[in-house]
Amino acid sequence: MEYEMVIGMEIHVELGTKTKIFCSCPTEFGQDENTHTCPVCLGMPGVLPVLNERVVEYATKAGLALNCEIAHFSKMDRKNYFYPDLPKAYQTSQFDLPICTGGVVEIEVEGKKKDIGITRIHIEEDAGKLLHESADGTLVDVNRCGVPLVEIVTEPDMRSAEEARVFAEKVRNILEYTGVSDCKMQEGSMRFDVNLSIREKGADVLGTRTEMKNLNSFRALVRAVQYESKRQIIELKKGHEIIQETRKWDDTKGVSSSLRSKEEAQDYRYFPEPDLVPIVLDDAYIEKIKSELPELPEAKKLRYIAQYKLPEYDAGVLTASGVTARFFEAAVAIYDEPKQISNWLMVEIPPLLKEKELTMENIPIKPEQLAELLKLVKDGTINGTSGKEVLKEMFNSGKNPTDIVKEQGLAQVSDTGELEAIIEKIVADNPKSVEDIGAGNDKAYGFLTGQVMKATKGKANPQVANKIIREVVAKQLG
Amino acid sequence: MELSQKTIHEINDLLEKKEVTVTEVTQSVVDRIAAVENKTAAYLSLQTEEALSAARGLDAQLGERKKRTPLEGIPYALKDNMCTEGILTTCASKMLYNFNPPYNAHVYDRLSEDGGILLGKTNMDEFAMGSSTENSAYQITHNPWNLNKVPGGSSGGSAVAVAADTAFYTLGSDTGGSIRQPASFCGVVGMKPTYGLVSRYGLVAFASSLDQIGPFTKDVEDCALVLNAIVGHDPKDSTSLNLAKKDYTKDLKQGVKGMKIGVAQAFFGEGLQPEVRKSLEEAMAVYKALGAEIVDVSFQHLDYALSAYYMISSAEASSNLARYDGIRYGYRAEEFDGLVDLYRKTRSQGFGEEVKRRIMLGTYALSSGYYDAYYKKAMQVRTLIKDDFNQVFGGCDALLTPTAPTTAFGIGEKTSNPLEMYLTDIYTVPVNIAGIPGVSIPCGLDNNGMPIGMQLLGPILSEETLLKVAWAYENEKGLKNLKAPLETEV
Repeated sequence: MEYEMVIGMEIHVELGTKTKIFCSCPTEFGQDENTHTCPVCLGMPGVLPVLNERVVEYATKAGLALNCEIAHFSKMDRKNYFYPDLPKAYQTSQFDLPICTGGVVEIEVEGKKKDIGITRIHIEEDAGKLLHESADGTLVDVNRCGVPLVEIVTEPDMRSAEEARVFAEKVRNILEYTGVSDCKMQEGSMRFDVNLSIREKGADVLGTRTEMKNLNSFRALVRAVQYESKRQIIELKKGHEIIQETRKWDDTKGVSSSLRSKEEAQDYRYFPEPDLVPIVLDDAYIEKIKSELPELPEAKKLRYIAQYKLPEYDAGVLTASGVTARFFEAAVAIYDEPKQISNWLMVEIPPLLKEKELTMENIPIKPEQLAELLKLVKDGTINGTSGKEVLKEMFNSGKNPTDIVKEQGLAQVSDTGELEAIIEKIVADNPKSVEDIGAGNDKAYGFLTGQVMKATKGKANPQVANKIIREVVAKQLG
Repeated sequence: MELSQKTIHEINDLLEKKEVTVTEVTQSVVDRIAAVENKTAAYLSLQTEEALSAARGLDAQLGERKKRTPLEGIPYALKDNMCTEGILTTCASKMLYNFNPPYNAHVYDRLSEDGGILLGKTNMDEFAMGSSTENSAYQITHNPWNLNKVPGGSSGGSAVAVAADTAFYTLGSDTGGSIRQPASFCGVVGMKPTYGLVSRYGLVAFASSLDQIGPFTKDVEDCALVLNAIVGHDPKDSTSLNLAKKDYTKDLKQGVKGMKIGVAQAFFGEGLQPEVRKSLEEAMAVYKALGAEIVDVSFQHLDYALSAYYMISSAEASSNLARYDGIRYGYRAEEFDGLVDLYRKTRSQGFGEEVKRRIMLGTYALSSGYYDAYYKKAMQVRTLIKDDFNQVFGGCDALLTPTAPTTAFGIGEKTSNPLEMYLTDIYTVPVNIAGIPGVSIPCGLDNNGMPIGMQLLGPILSEETLLKVAWAYENEKGLKNLKAPLETEV
């Protein structure tokens, strides 16, 4: 029998608002424990939440970017459960009336396009963190309590780990573009829950599903899907039934294990949050947010091809991340050589970032610095080889390329007189090469050019040098 | 007459004329507390030294100043479920026996800005759940009209402090009658304003969609003065209404001529004490004599109000009180084995019987499989009751009802029968369900000399009308001069 996997996803995304969802505490990541707290996010007796308007704005923006309907009337609900990372013992979320419904995202896998449905997007607050490795036992850090989240719930439309990964990346890319989240996986700004079931290929009923929670990298997502689908198929082949349960993915060991079964599932006793008023949005508000949406990746890619005459491949790479696209656009705005900028962004910059363990988000050079460097290469002030050296130095010191060229004396030698003297000496010192050329072996020119570069420490203008070499050799050969 | 026995507006006159100082006023009430608090036990904590020191500070300022705000220098008390920074706020629960809030309730800030002088925090039913103040984890508060009787609840301490002249005014909270019923039992004025009129920020929540803060005062004019100070938009409370400021004293004395006062059979049902009925009938006659028209109105769904109230309030309470888990503040069980055991023991030991009963009830009502039959149904009833009131107020300006079916009952009389206790709120809970305002004022004494209260209800934001109607009666009958005897037998 041929099996197919059916995957639906829940994606939690922390919204990039400056303050928390119900109080004015900062949302900044990585601060000392329990420093970004107040009576409201600590859930002290008698305090009340006030919904951050920015959260509604960002959720609306996310919904529109993912082609959802925005609800004119939605409300917050309480999801009740006891856990020490949840000071109020309920999470304020949205239950039956979420802010966004019915979206769609188009993905392309192996050349095939496919729509993945978005069931809903709702607003909720994040919980705190438990620190288990303390000498004082388990401690609670509530800094993250009340950081605003959206939860994006998809239809069970994905059929492979690759589709899941491409979808997840696309969603991240779109959300990052809209600016509603930095989508930093390593800081937990974006986390995936995967619902997966197996059925006979082509069947129209769904199999029993399991849920894997808190996958926090694309790699974990792919591996968890691969593992879990394999596990379920083996169970089915043995004639076992799949147990509906929540499973925990261990990324280090590469295995999943049962966390709790359906019977042990909590009864969250959802009910409308009486401390907040419903969220009522009119058409004018929704239209305004829509008009503020930035150009999204797909549209940007097409524009790069049309406006900058870039190959589709370049346009795809540059628009795959908002940060890279913004960097490219800033550089091209002051220096109109799109292909040259694209080449350097795609070829020269990534290894330097990797070496320094940086990303485009914290790249140490500015777009105008790159533009300045590329101008120096283009107008022949330095050659390409020196250009790469200068870029490296820019990464190290943050200095401007012009200053680096001056300090290190990297400007090309194009002065014919100076070069002639050097070349005459080299030609004189390498009679074998002249002989070879005379015998019709033009490769020897390359050797001589190399020698000139060596003698000038790479500063010789290759075109000028070549021309002189040919003249001097021709003279020698008479 | 001692200064402590006077009303706010009488003290205001004296202060304005500089015939007394704030210190003298405060000293008189501090002396009164020293004399009678051992009989009434209205307060859970006292700040008399701080109050006297604040009074001396104000006197020093007022000496140079002509203008003062109407509550400046007037000593008052807060129910112990309103947060006061650095002052214990226990909700009369063992669970919060050591809780010192690091923030203030909005109402406390408002009154502090107006120069109010806090005397202390008053006793209540634990987490405001109860109708007699007997559910306090700390003490029994006694009705000053007969010390063997309950003061009503849950804001019993606040009602008694005003009735016994141990505060000029107090604030209480009213979720199902917790201001109006004790006001009725203790012979004082108590008002539950429209839901959203007074900020709930810093009021420890019992049932968020029903809770509302309001004043206890010695007469209707004082009620208007306190309302002036505590009403207003608070951006920290999303349910707080954003309206233009009103002066509730402005039209107070304009009379009821030509007004329609409704009377509904639903409020004169089984279990109504005969003297209460008689007092209400006398009140109707008073209004007629004053030129108002008494009209019959009827309700269709009021019978379901009490059941709906206990579903909704308990459901919200089960969620609101879940945060008391022993992890961050308040009581924590001394011995426990793991997290779940810590929760279980802390909550078993920290909460009293009635609170636990409501948490169980509310948890059940919200549970999967029961939600539709209980919580959802109750919310539907809520809508019907709102509609009922809307329709009734289409035909009258205010509705006159008894506040409670009886006068104050004996201490211990109903503690073993929760349902009987719940029934004492039967005339007050529909008001919270509908979110409308209601005021209880004294309207006589029963055969045993215990105060009877009548309730005036109006549509959303009709506080001015209600106070006008209440003032007209009070002015005509002059009952405000009746003072509680503070004896065991009357």
